[in-house]
Amino acid sequence: MPTSAEPGTGARDTGAGTGAPVAGADAGLAALYQERILDHYRRPRHKGTLARATGVHGVKNPLCGDDVSVAVFVRNGVVVEAQYTGIGCSIMQATASMLMGLVHGRTCDEVEALARRFDAMLASGTADAALGELDALAGVAAFKARHKCAKLPWQALLGAMAEGGR
Amino acid sequence: MSAAGAGLRDVRPDFPLLVSNPGLVYLDSAATSQKPHAVLDAIRDYYGTANANPHRGAYKLSGAATDAYHGARSEIARFLGAADADALIFTRGTTESMNLLATAWGLTHVHRGDRVVVTRLEHHANFVTWQQLARTVGAEFRICELTPDGQVDLDQLRLLVTANTKVVAFGHVSNALGTINNVREIVKIAHAIGAVAFCDGAQGAPHLRVGFDELGVDAYAFSGHKMLGPMGIGGVIVRRALLDTMHPYQFGGDMIEFVFDGDSTWNVLPHKFEAGTPNVEGAVGLAAAVKYLDALGMDAVRAHEVALTRYAMEQLATIEGMHLYGPAAAEARSGVVSFTLGDIHPHDLSTMLDVDGICVRAGHHCAQPLMRALHVTSTVRASFYVYNTAADVDALVASLRKAQVRFHAHVG
Repeated sequence: MPTSAEPGTGARDTGAGTGAPVAGADAGLAALYQERILDHYRRPRHKGTLARATGVHGVKNPLCGDDVSVAVFVRNGVVVEAQYTGIGCSIMQATASMLMGLVHGRTCDEVEALARRFDAMLASGTADAALGELDALAGVAAFKARHKCAKLPWQALLGAMAEGGR
Repeated sequence: MSAAGAGLRDVRPDFPLLVSNPGLVYLDSAATSQKPHAVLDAIRDYYGTANANPHRGAYKLSGAATDAYHGARSEIARFLGAADADALIFTRGTTESMNLLATAWGLTHVHRGDRVVVTRLEHHANFVTWQQLARTVGAEFRICELTPDGQVDLDQLRLLVTANTKVVAFGHVSNALGTINNVREIVKIAHAIGAVAFCDGAQGAPHLRVGFDELGVDAYAFSGHKMLGPMGIGGVIVRRALLDTMHPYQFGGDMIEFVFDGDSTWNVLPHKFEAGTPNVEGAVGLAAAVKYLDALGMDAVRAHEVALTRYAMEQLATIEGMHLYGPAAAEARSGVVSFTLGDIHPHDLSTMLDVDGICVRAGHHCAQPLMRALHVTSTVRASFYVYNTAADVDALVASLRKAQVRFHAHVG
């Protein structure tokens, strides 16, 4: 079939209105899907169940089918170990993978404070070094529809902490 | 294929949102369609010339509003092939229409021990309504499964529709896969044992010539916003004999005849099922939409969509890792292509497409039971309508290839 516009350009025009491709969009995508995030998605760390879990909590996003469960082993108010299982998009999986590493050895109070910093980073888009590797997720800020993906593992983690050993 | 497609002129200039967003590639018409000037103008004209509360006033202006409302009903009934315009009940859309049927018909006619049958293709509006009716009255709720090709398994349906079956509720066209169901055969199976056949036409009416009077279904529900009309208007055409056996759905103004202290009597059709001040602007807007579709010609609309769907399926299939769901033949679908690409999650894909100005749906398409049967949690769905062109398909394919490179560049 002949085409009415040059094929393969991905768009007819730069466009000015809602939804049209925007300048710097590729930079935004590059920030969203940076190597570190895709690496955690491809080779997830801390994925699996935890035999000695003191708390396990699952959260689902019914809209996209993302499903994550976090198991924690908490002793004396410290997260000794955390593991996750789940299916979902790269943002959710990478967040979960990085998050399990971040909270290892931290007190539950520290984890809760970090959760607030993570929310603030998603709101502002400014990377926060206190979040360790998770600062790579600052790029999610520009994609409102994806905030939920990055927050899901946090919700599961906080739920697991609340459930046992907190 | 040219922008005009198989006999359809280039209609993009008729759609203000597409004109003001020339870079936009809108491939989500199965969720909601864009609206032509004709629809926006009709709504503006109604408020500018004829706005009053219909049926209420003895003054001329109220008469004009009444005429506008019922003129719209006649126009839409004609478009859908129903001679009896007063058997077309306006609702907010297909969801409310199915709720109306499940409540006003279902609670009267379905009893403990009866059976209610739906299909695996149904979206939630035509699934949960009947599931909950069955739970309420203590009836059996059965789901007809699909063939590997994504069609309703008619052999299984024949076995499922037993003597105690009261209703078979099914979609004309699947919103998730685009499958066009064999309506006449399903009706035959239902009617053979005296069950009613209710058709959810949310994805049918926008794309296919409905021909209600010949179709044989007992009710046909539709949504205006998926067929170029405004949001918040739709309806259901019900066989009059059935409507006469139905209890009112909602109570209030317009639907009553006489109200006494102890009881009330009901107005004639269609008013009996339309309580309260109606959505006149919606009805007028939808009437303008069906006139617009009529002027294009539904056969030309269909031919355009089949050509575009075939082109999309061919082009998408050239991408490595592409998995297409649903019927293999473009003719067996409305303008819907549902797919997954390798191990890239549909939400990641839709974000990357969005950056290129491409709007697709990613998710379960309000059909979770179907997604479970397909063993996927979600798919990407591109859906086409009159304003889409081969260039839109090319943009989609190019953006998907880009996404694939981005996703796999960093991993060995």
